[in-house]
Amino acid sequence: MRRLMRQLLAGPYLVWIAGFIILPVGVILYYAFTTADGAFTFAHIAAIADPVHVKSILLSLKLGLSCTVVCLLLAYPLAMILSSFRFRHQSFVVFLFILPMWMNFMLRILSWRLILANSGIINALLVRLGFGPVKLLNTPATVVFGMVYDFLPFMILPIYNSMTRIKDDIIEAARDLGAGNLTILAKIIFPLTVSGIISGIIMVFVPALTSFVISDLLGGGKVLLIGNVIEQEFMQGTNWNLGSGLSVVLMIFVIASMAVMNIFDKDGGGAAVW
Amino acid sequence: MSKKLISFIDITKSYGDNIVLDELNLYVRENEFITLLGPSGCGKTTTLRILGGFETPDHGRVIFDGKDITCLPPNERNLNTVFQKYALFPHMSIAENIAFGLKIKKKSRDYIEDKIRYALKLVNLEGFGDRSVDSLSGGQQQRIAIARAIVNEPKVLLLDEPLGALDLKLRQDMQYELIRLKNELGITFVYVTHDQEEALTMSDTIVVMNQGYIQQIGTPEMIYNEPVNAFVADFIGDSNILDGIMVQDRVVSVLGVKLPCVDEGFGSNRPVDVVIRPEDVEIVAPEDGFMEGDITSVIFKGVHYELDILVNGYEWLVHTTQLYAVGQHVGIRVIPFNIQIMNKPESEDEEAVEIDA
Repeated sequence: MRRLMRQLLAGPYLVWIAGFIILPVGVILYYAFTTADGAFTFAHIAAIADPVHVKSILLSLKLGLSCTVVCLLLAYPLAMILSSFRFRHQSFVVFLFILPMWMNFMLRILSWRLILANSGIINALLVRLGFGPVKLLNTPATVVFGMVYDFLPFMILPIYNSMTRIKDDIIEAARDLGAGNLTILAKIIFPLTVSGIISGIIMVFVPALTSFVISDLLGGGKVLLIGNVIEQEFMQGTNWNLGSGLSVVLMIFVIASMAVMNIFDKDGGGAAVW
Repeated sequence: MSKKLISFIDITKSYGDNIVLDELNLYVRENEFITLLGPSGCGKTTTLRILGGFETPDHGRVIFDGKDITCLPPNERNLNTVFQKYALFPHMSIAENIAFGLKIKKKSRDYIEDKIRYALKLVNLEGFGDRSVDSLSGGQQQRIAIARAIVNEPKVLLLDEPLGALDLKLRQDMQYELIRLKNELGITFVYVTHDQEEALTMSDTIVVMNQGYIQQIGTPEMIYNEPVNAFVADFIGDSNILDGIMVQDRVVSVLGVKLPCVDEGFGSNRPVDVVIRPEDVEIVAPEDGFMEGDITSVIFKGVHYELDILVNGYEWLVHTTQLYAVGQHVGIRVIPFNIQIMNKPESEDEEAVEIDA
């Protein structure tokens, strides 16, 4: 009886899972594998082989990877500095880094659009200095910049968390046994933060791979990511079947990339993201 | 006596306004088991961390084997530390933990293998090399921490309350282990603890510290039998500490009664602290004692009974193996040799006394 009561407690979550996870995925799968008439087809999955789609998914992978690498290179030393702070306002400094996350991200990207525009503040400065207006917007590099700006906190936080979990006496023990700073970084700090790095990579790479708003606003329609293609199929082309088919393919890419990361994640720190 | 290996010279260390060590002078002899003993906040751990290289003193120098190492980082000192919470590397196996220091010194693989086997045997954990840190109990982790330190063949092993987190039985076993290890390795041990029993059991020399000052340095017997002041007497074991007046050489007045003692040179009619260990108080018939009083409580402690005897408003703590009843009227005696006389400290902070051990 008690057992049954306890199981009933899971009820609301089952409803949630069924209604908001299983059902939508089912609907997408249905659209992906049917034609407009409802007949079964592989055509929409196979549509990924279309040169336009190949090009955009390759670009998505390239930009997503670049964004992840840049985030990692910026976040790791930053997390290290943050976690080595030994003053009372440590949590406040961390809070400053997370604060932008709480602002609407469309707003943040839009403001970059204004800053980087030909008539924007940076170009105004460059013209003053005699470098003439430089085309800053609508390039792949700008899109990566926007992604890094948006997703950096998601890389910092898990790495910072895993670093603060390393106790001081572990570092002192390593030093005591003769390790210099580089050895401590390579043999102690890095191995103990691998799980944080993996969480960070997944949390940055997945949204970067599927993003379409950033490329829309900072790429000005010139940078066509797979996310943009899917969006267009739904919003403009109204070919829901093709859009669903490409979504399914993108999902397979995401799952594959997470499976690859999982190989490196020995102690399951990234499991929280799954 | 063997030569001085480590000297602390005028070491001062403060954190903000809090002076942790004030002009500390101390030396450690080669192959000595020296224990820094004191309550928390007395500066014993700071002293150890200065020796380990984890803290830099504000003033003063640390001389190790004839060289000034005050500013040398920990990784360049020929000594190793066993940390209170073991501080084993969680991502490495037991063998990798032990090999860590040797790999940094670029020793050959065969040498490292040999050393791991030797160290595991020394701490009675043979065959544990492939286990993970998590799979070991607290006591086993502590042994591995010791093994990891000693494979580097340090001249000095620093131990920071290494038994603090273990339960009583294990702690007692580990005390004998540590004595055995020290004898087998023939190196110097600098040990920090707040546990007087640990200090008395293992040490060649005990340094009693309080409030950043050294109170007394001596062998366990000296510290226990001849504490130099009331703090040491109170900290090492149970004591009766009474206000007394040194009437003249060999006569002290306590609770209005003149007692014969063996101390001289305090002058006449000087206020002093009188320390009498509870096991040194004899219970006799009321008419045979120096003073008489009533037993107010009796507690069974295993080896002995612990009695409180109220005499002239002072409650004596007495250990005896005989059973008495609460309310019984008895007399007490102390032989002159067991009465310790000490100067009263001039102020609370200045309980420091220079003693040459």
